[in-house]
Amino acid sequence: MKIAEILFWPVAMDVKYKEVEAMPDNYIDVCFFNGAIRNSEQKHLAELLRNKSKTLIAFGACAQLGGVPGLANESNAQEIFKTVYHNSPSTKNLTGSEPTQVVELAEGEVELPIFFDEVKPLDKIVAVDYYLPGCPPPPKIIFNAVEAIASGTLPPKGSILAPETAVCDECPRKKEEKRITEIKRIIEFTPVPEKCLLEQGIICMGPATRGGCDAKCLQANMPCTGCGGPRPNAEEQGAAMISALSTVLGIEDEKADNYSANELASQIKDPLGTFYKYALPSAIINKRYKK
Amino acid sequence: MSEYNPKIIGFLCNWCSYAGADLAGVSRFQYPPNIRVIRVMCSGRVHPSFILKAFKNGVDGVLIAGCHTPNDCHYISGNFKAERRVAVLKNLLTQLGLEPERLRLEWISAAEGEKFSKTVKEMTEDIRKLGPSPMKQEANE
Repeated sequence: MKIAEILFWPVAMDVKYKEVEAMPDNYIDVCFFNGAIRNSEQKHLAELLRNKSKTLIAFGACAQLGGVPGLANESNAQEIFKTVYHNSPSTKNLTGSEPTQVVELAEGEVELPIFFDEVKPLDKIVAVDYYLPGCPPPPKIIFNAVEAIASGTLPPKGSILAPETAVCDECPRKKEEKRITEIKRIIEFTPVPEKCLLEQGIICMGPATRGGCDAKCLQANMPCTGCGGPRPNAEEQGAAMISALSTVLGIEDEKADNYSANELASQIKDPLGTFYKYALPSAIINKRYKK
Repeated sequence: MSEYNPKIIGFLCNWCSYAGADLAGVSRFQYPPNIRVIRVMCSGRVHPSFILKAFKNGVDGVLIAGCHTPNDCHYISGNFKAERRVAVLKNLLTQLGLEPERLRLEWISAAEGEKFSKTVKEMTEDIRKLGPSPMKQEANE
């Protein structure tokens, strides 16, 4: 059964931007937009496809939350250029050159997109109708979304097209009362296969992350890193995880003589990278601030 | 221009620190008017998102005050949870470009009106030295 015609798909089809520009407004029924907004070309495309599409869906963690590239919000354009073109150990930039925006060539002027200071999720640039979470989105929820589109049973606008569950709800591991004495990394020991990883001291973002993925990572003995975004009813993923983790970390030793909250906290080596791996640009504090 | 006046949000627990602040009032211990007090039932009720949101909205400092550890918490261990959350948040705030001194945790009992007044005085001075929060400008726009 044919339900749709694909009009534009840059990784698989050769369609030029100007062909999209030539379409009348609201010509595209549904647009799955993936990727965060990091430069002016992506912003242009977001605005263009918003105008040409009846329904715009932020597809994947980058479009929904900013994604892993969003961790670059710890830095800015100038610092990134400095590292990439000058300071990185594998770079030999003898003339000290950096990309310029406009370059004159024999064939004419060539223009590069402007590299922004900040990575933004799609909904900070244009209005987004639905969100399809995941990095990558699980096939099951893509299929459900396509089915809902084809049958005209999409939920109210602004919905996230994934189940209202946390990853823990779908995780097959055995969960008991959570009491952690020490944070460990997955490379430091072999975790017991059937038991909740968080209970074994591995930071697993499951309690703070939306499900829909059947906890695939957990089934492969890897902790959840949080690609599904904030779990239902959580205002912010990082804050939810900090709250959950600090509640159970060191809970056994509270009355001990050598108890130290700071020492327990220092076991979490990179809180920003751990708790905001996919969601920094859409977090309450969405970048590093400078004086 | 007049002296820079930082804005501080104080989350005080109902059973100890809010009563301590009340005692500071009835005992007429002076403290700067820079603190805005929000009463919560327990310092363990203060979710990390409250603190992040306060900073995002441009406050210069956040004080969380609760009952003394280990045995004073009305809810047995809420203060311990607050202490660990603050410790993790201080590390996070540093990564986000904010001085960890802007977030302060104190144990203030219902009998320590003077400690409350001293804490607010100290904190106001400390933050005055640090200057306005880097997020303030954006929050005011």
